[in-house]
Amino acid sequence: MAADTAPPPVPAEKVDERVREVGRLSKVLTRPELGAVAGVFLVYIFFAIIAYENNFISWLTTAAILNRAAPLGILAAAVALLIIGGEFDLSVGSLVGFAGMSIMVLVFPTDAGGFGWSLWPAVFLALLIAIGSGIFNGMLVVTTKLPSFIITLATLFIFRGLTVALTRLRTNRTQLGNLDEVEGYEFARTLFVSEFSLFGAKFDIAILWWIGITAVATWVLLRTRPGNWIFGSGGDANAARNQGVPVNRTKVALFVTTATAAWLVAVIQVVQFKGADSLRGTLQEFYAIIAVVIGGTLLTGGYGSAIGAFFGALIFAMVQQGIIITGVDGDWFKVFVGVVLVVAVVFNQYVRQKAAQR
Amino acid sequence: MSNNGTPLLEIKNVSKYFGSVIALQDVSAFVRAGEVTCLLGDNGAGKSTLIKVLAGVHAPTSGHYYFEGEEQHFESPREALDMGIATVFQDLSMIPLMAVWRNFFLGAEPTKGWGPLKRFNVDFAKQTALEELHKMGIEIRDPDQPVGTLSGGERQSVAIARAVYFGAKVLILDEPTAALGVKQAGVVLKYILQARNRGIGVIFITHNPHHAYPVGDHFVILRRGQVYGDYTKAELPLEQLVQMMAGGADLEVLQHELEQAAGGGGEEADALAEVAENIGDELDELGD
Repeated sequence: MAADTAPPPVPAEKVDERVREVGRLSKVLTRPELGAVAGVFLVYIFFAIIAYENNFISWLTTAAILNRAAPLGILAAAVALLIIGGEFDLSVGSLVGFAGMSIMVLVFPTDAGGFGWSLWPAVFLALLIAIGSGIFNGMLVVTTKLPSFIITLATLFIFRGLTVALTRLRTNRTQLGNLDEVEGYEFARTLFVSEFSLFGAKFDIAILWWIGITAVATWVLLRTRPGNWIFGSGGDANAARNQGVPVNRTKVALFVTTATAAWLVAVIQVVQFKGADSLRGTLQEFYAIIAVVIGGTLLTGGYGSAIGAFFGALIFAMVQQGIIITGVDGDWFKVFVGVVLVVAVVFNQYVRQKAAQR
Repeated sequence: MSNNGTPLLEIKNVSKYFGSVIALQDVSAFVRAGEVTCLLGDNGAGKSTLIKVLAGVHAPTSGHYYFEGEEQHFESPREALDMGIATVFQDLSMIPLMAVWRNFFLGAEPTKGWGPLKRFNVDFAKQTALEELHKMGIEIRDPDQPVGTLSGGERQSVAIARAVYFGAKVLILDEPTAALGVKQAGVVLKYILQARNRGIGVIFITHNPHHAYPVGDHFVILRRGQVYGDYTKAELPLEQLVQMMAGGADLEVLQHELEQAAGGGGEEADALAEVAENIGDELDELGD
C-alpha cells in the first residue's frame, strides 16, 4: 500500500492526501453488491458459452431465469436486512410451508376437514400467523440472548412439524389442492401469478413483487432511521444500544419482516399451484442465505445490501436454469452452488478487510 | 463560567459493592461547567466502576448523585444522556463498518418528510457531520468513510464532537488517550479543551498524569476504590501528581527489587538494571 512506501516524516498536507486515497479506494471496494454484479456477468457469460447451443441467450431462457429467481429474491431481500441486522432466520422455509398450508386448511371444504373460508380472509389470517411467528422468533432471540442460529433452527423444526402434524390431524393428508374452486381465487391469480408477455416470452408478475420489495428494502436500509438502526444493531449491538438505538425492537421487526416475506412467497406458490404441500419451502432458508451472501452481505452482520441479495438470487437462478438447459445431471447443481458460495465468501472477506483497515 | 462555584454534576460519598468486593468506597467528586475534572488512578483503582456509575450504567450501592443541583437515580445510560450527561466509552460506541455520518447520527437520526415517507435526512447528516467535525478541528474529506478506517485519535475526536453536537452539558471521557500515540493524544487533549471552552463540564478519566495535568482544573486521585487526594491545579504541581499516581514509595521498592534481581548477571540482568536506573532517575526528578 501507499502508506508503507511513504517516507515517515510527512508534512500534514501529504498525510491528508494519503487518507483521501485510501478513502477512495475503499469506497469502490466497499460497495457490497460489487461482487454480485460482477458475478452476474461472469455466470451469464459462462453459460452463454457452455449452453450456447441450448439457446441460453434468449428471451425464453431469460424469462425462465427471472421467474425462478423471483420467489427466492423476495425471501432474500428480507433475509438480507435480517443478516445485516446481525441475526439469522433458518425458519423462513418452514414458514413458507406453514403459511401456505394455513391458507389451504382455512379454505378447504368443511366436510374434508377444512374451515370453508373464502380465500382473502384466509390469506389475511395467514399473514397474522406469519407475523406472530416472526414475533415469536424475535422475542425468543432477544429475551434468551441465544444465537438466532439455534433459536430459528429449533423453530424450523417446530413450524415444519406443526405444518405436517396439524394438517394431517384436521384433513388426514399432507397435500391440499383445488384452490381454484375457492371464492376470491381469480383476483388472487391476477395479483400474484398472472403473466405478462414481453419479447415473446412470459414473465411472472412475481418478478415485479421481487423488484418492488428489493427497492423498498434498499430504501429502508439506506434512507430511513430504522435502516441506520439495522446497520448499528448488526455492527455492534452494545455500541448501538449505548447510542440509544432500540436494538431489540429493531431485531424483532426484522424477524417479522422475514416471516412476512415467507408469507408472500407462500401466497404466490399456493395460488400458482392451486394448493399447498406441507413440504413446500424446504431448504429455501439456505438458498436465501446463499443469495444474500453471494450478494456481498457479511454473515457477521453490520454490512451488506438488499440490491446485492437481488443479484445473488439472480445468480442462483442462472446457475439452476443453466444446468437444467445444458442437460447436465441436476445433481451437479449443488456442487456448483457450493463453489459459487465459497468464492463469494472469500471475496467478501477480502472486501471487509479493505473496509476495516486503518 | 457564570455559575462558577456550583457544581454541574456532583457525587457524594458514593460506594459500590459487587458481592463481597468493594469497588468504590465513599467517593466524592464534582465538575463545574466550563471546567475539566480529572479522575486519575492506576489499574484497579475503581475508575471503570466510577465511570459506569457516572454514566448511569450502574446504580451506586449508597451515596448521592446530583445533576444541576437535583438528586438523580438513573435507570439506564439513556436517561443520563437525555439530561445531557454524555459518556464516551473506551469502546467508543462507534461502529467500525458504518460510515462516519451514519455513526455520528446513530440513534438520533434527523428526518424529513412525513408519514410513510418520513426518511433519514442524509444530505443534512453528511453536511452536519462534516461541519461539526470541522468546528472541532477534525478534517475528514469523505463522510462516507467507514469509521474503521479512521485512526484511534480521530475516532475519539468524532465521538467527542458527536457528544458536543447533541448538547452534552457534561462529557465523561473514559481513557480517551489510552492506546494513542503522543501526537494523537495531543489532538484529543485539544478537543477536550475545546469542549471545555464551549462551557461543557468535562470529566476526564485517565491513568496518565502527563495527559491530565495540561487540561485539568481539578484532580481526583483514586486508589483502591477510595479517594486518595482531591486538589485544584493551583494546589498541585505536576511532579507531585505524578508521584501520587505512581505511588513514590512503591516505586522505590520496585527499584530496589529490580536491582536485586539484576545482581544475577547476564543479559537479562543488565536490562533489569537499566530499568531500575531509569526508575531511580525518575524518582530523582520527582524529588527536585
